[in-house]
Amino acid sequence: MPGADKETDLSERIESFLSELKRCGSGAGSLRGSAETARETSALLRRITAQARWSNAGELMEIIRKEGRRMTAAQPSETTVGNMVRRVLKIIREEYARSRGSSEETDQQESLHKLLTSGGSSEDNFRQHFPHLKANVIEAINELLTELEGTTDNISMQALEHIHSNEVIMTIGRSRTVEAFLKDAARKRKFHVIVAECAPFCQGHEMATILSKEDIETTVIPDAAIFAVMSRVNKVIIGTQTVLANGGLRALNGTHTLALAAKHHSTPLIVCAPMFKLSPQFPNEEDTFHKFVSPHEVLPFTEGEILSKVNAHCPVFDYVPPELITLFISNIGGNAPSYIYRLMSELYHPEDHEL
Amino acid sequence: MADSDGRQIDSINHAADGDGKGHGIVRAKTEGKELTKEEKQRLRKEKKQHKKNKKDDKVPTEKEKEKEKPSVQAPSKPVTQSPTHKAAAPVPVSASASESLAAAEKPVKTKAELRAERRARQDSERTSKQGKKEGGQQSTTSKPKASPSELQPVVKRLPEHVQVDDPAALKKLAKKLERQQVPLRSDYGYKVSLFSHLHQYSRKNPPTQQISIPATVIHPSVVRLGLQYSQGIIAGSNARSVALLHAFKQVIQDYSTPPNEELSRDLVNKLSPYISFLSQCRPLSASMGNAIKYIKKEISNIPSQCKEEEAKGKLQECIDSYVNEKIILASEAISKYAIEKISNGDVILVYGCSSLVNHILCDAFEKQRKFRVIVVDSRPRLEGREALRRLVKKGIRCTYVLISALSYILPEVSKVFLGAHALLANGYVMSRVGTSQIALVAKAYNVPVLVCCETYKFCERVQTDSFVSNELDDPDDLIVTRNGKTHLENWQTVKSLGLLNLVYDVTPPDFVDLVITDLGMIPCTSVPVVLRVKNVDQ
Repeated sequence: MPGADKETDLSERIESFLSELKRCGSGAGSLRGSAETARETSALLRRITAQARWSNAGELMEIIRKEGRRMTAAQPSETTVGNMVRRVLKIIREEYARSRGSSEETDQQESLHKLLTSGGSSEDNFRQHFPHLKANVIEAINELLTELEGTTDNISMQALEHIHSNEVIMTIGRSRTVEAFLKDAARKRKFHVIVAECAPFCQGHEMATILSKEDIETTVIPDAAIFAVMSRVNKVIIGTQTVLANGGLRALNGTHTLALAAKHHSTPLIVCAPMFKLSPQFPNEEDTFHKFVSPHEVLPFTEGEILSKVNAHCPVFDYVPPELITLFISNIGGNAPSYIYRLMSELYHPEDHEL
Repeated sequence: MADSDGRQIDSINHAADGDGKGHGIVRAKTEGKELTKEEKQRLRKEKKQHKKNKKDDKVPTEKEKEKEKPSVQAPSKPVTQSPTHKAAAPVPVSASASESLAAAEKPVKTKAELRAERRARQDSERTSKQGKKEGGQQSTTSKPKASPSELQPVVKRLPEHVQVDDPAALKKLAKKLERQQVPLRSDYGYKVSLFSHLHQYSRKNPPTQQISIPATVIHPSVVRLGLQYSQGIIAGSNARSVALLHAFKQVIQDYSTPPNEELSRDLVNKLSPYISFLSQCRPLSASMGNAIKYIKKEISNIPSQCKEEEAKGKLQECIDSYVNEKIILASEAISKYAIEKISNGDVILVYGCSSLVNHILCDAFEKQRKFRVIVVDSRPRLEGREALRRLVKKGIRCTYVLISALSYILPEVSKVFLGAHALLANGYVMSRVGTSQIALVAKAYNVPVLVCCETYKFCERVQTDSFVSNELDDPDDLIVTRNGKTHLENWQTVKSLGLLNLVYDVTPPDFVDLVITDLGMIPCTSVPVVLRVKNVDQ
């Protein structure tokens, strides 16, 4: 039966996606960038919408939520997946509301008055069946995909507004967004880039070779020299893995040190992050915030006798508080860290914060 | 004695007749070294003037100058004994010679040639003038005592190793090394523009390769030491200083005063090419600089009547006592002070491998303090692993992280102990690169930072950033192979790519809460007080 085939095909795809997620989280950043992950997630969600069996919005949302929970459980540190799921859920809500005829704003705003008077959640509202809902949702997800394709370009287009000539810019590790940003600026301006290599994965080396191929003057420094050279740096431009709900960052280890050094020298810290990295998490969860990889990266097995007597840690991420950040550059423009919570309320529905 | 003095003054007057600066020489003989320096400076200025005036006929005038020399040499024969005075006396001679010839196209070169010939001639002439020499020595031994009493208003000359971008300074260094027969080491690789004023050497080309075997000019233990420095086998300021002093002990042991030379002067001159060679292998550290100053002072304070064996024994004793007092006993004293600061249940963070901090921790552990240690390490040197091994061998509980994980581990830490390479006179701490970062992040988390440093590492320099005076290590050390890929393998071929491997950085005093020295626990800003007290003592 074609339906069953579709279902097995769908579940196969989901399974393969999950296994990819599990694999690529083995430290050293992702095997592919977050943008790709976001695109694949959205494409998969579109497929689910198209091929799964559902009759009304509520059921669709249930299915997507279930799959979303599985995907985030496969790789908790890859928050882009969860963000895309939340975006799609919001799209569904919007389309449902539009089909119903009521304006979206009144549903979104949770004023205190509404909390008192309305009481329960609006979930039972999603039981109505609309024939064109599927097509609308798929179209909206296509729009989302187009938006995702253009994020890097949108960010790089703003490069010339922020980099003047003969600047010394510092960055850490490897970020594809920052790479595109700097390459775009290098087409018109001459500047110098210092890359901190970010041990133990040393992704900074790759970044430096890529940048130097574009004829950008690049210098690689070890992490220990970050404070030493900071006095000569004009701007610090970094990428991040996630932007948290309070405006803080979950970025590569070593970024907090970089941010503190920049603050000490009053050097602006600019974060280039597309909107799909914005996640409604807060940094309070001590035990779930950090991710560790094998301490073999830090203390290799060749060290022999002392290995059993020593604890070695290799955290992958660092928390950077929002006070240390000067500016966020995203595909919708530049924002201060204090505005991030507002952007988040526009992207996600508060009920979807917990999948 | 008076007789010989009288004879000497007569001979000086003879020399005075030969040129207009005779009174200057008499003054130089009787009043001490500083005036000789002033004399030299004045003469140098005059030479520069001559250079400006006449810029032609270099070669024939040189020859003429050399011919003139023997005639002028004769009256000045008995005058000089030490090399400094040798320089003083012939300098007025050659100045007058250049005046008369109206040449001085390149006084530097000709002066060197002149000096060499003069020395050879005077060596032979000295053998026939023993008696006069002994009379002259008494007047000259008074000179070293004169200087320490005043505050030295010395015109500080910039050390060579921070003037790599100045071609004149490089030429001067090359000439000096050639004279001393020390091989010159060439820079390696593309230097980041911010650091073009510093040397950058490759570990694969140690200067010892250019020395013939057997080394005739440089003592073999010094050659070995230089190789150990350049390859990083001996690293850490205490280790380097102790190794240097041991090598010098060996040199002194094997030294024998050449005839008609005095140990106090000749030995100091023998040490100069060794020091140049060692600084070519690896720039000298502040502690090594202080040790060398001490040795030179001790050598020049040897009284002339001292027999050679006695003098050598005395010097060996001085060196031993220096090592014992300034390094070994100092670390005991520091450890005693530091142990008051370690309480039970502490979590102590250390960075890299500092022999002093390791000693403190081992001592505290032996005295039954309960604490655990977090060792922070950084690429490319990875010295923390050595510290880790030593601490684990003692039985201390340790954790090990890289410096990029500092923000993660710091909330657990109660104290930070750091070692220092040198303490500068404006309160800045010069230490291994990464120390300032640790102090910065510790300050952000309100964790106290304690620096442990012996007083012999205090130095009179001032510095505010890590650029002006630093050391660049071999840039190839940054290359690493991960997952079979080496991204930076061909960094030399890519012209816009540079690797920077700094060795030191300076920590501002507001990040440091306390400095533990053998004199007690002082704040960072009291360093110049300690230096002043030390100078008065000496």
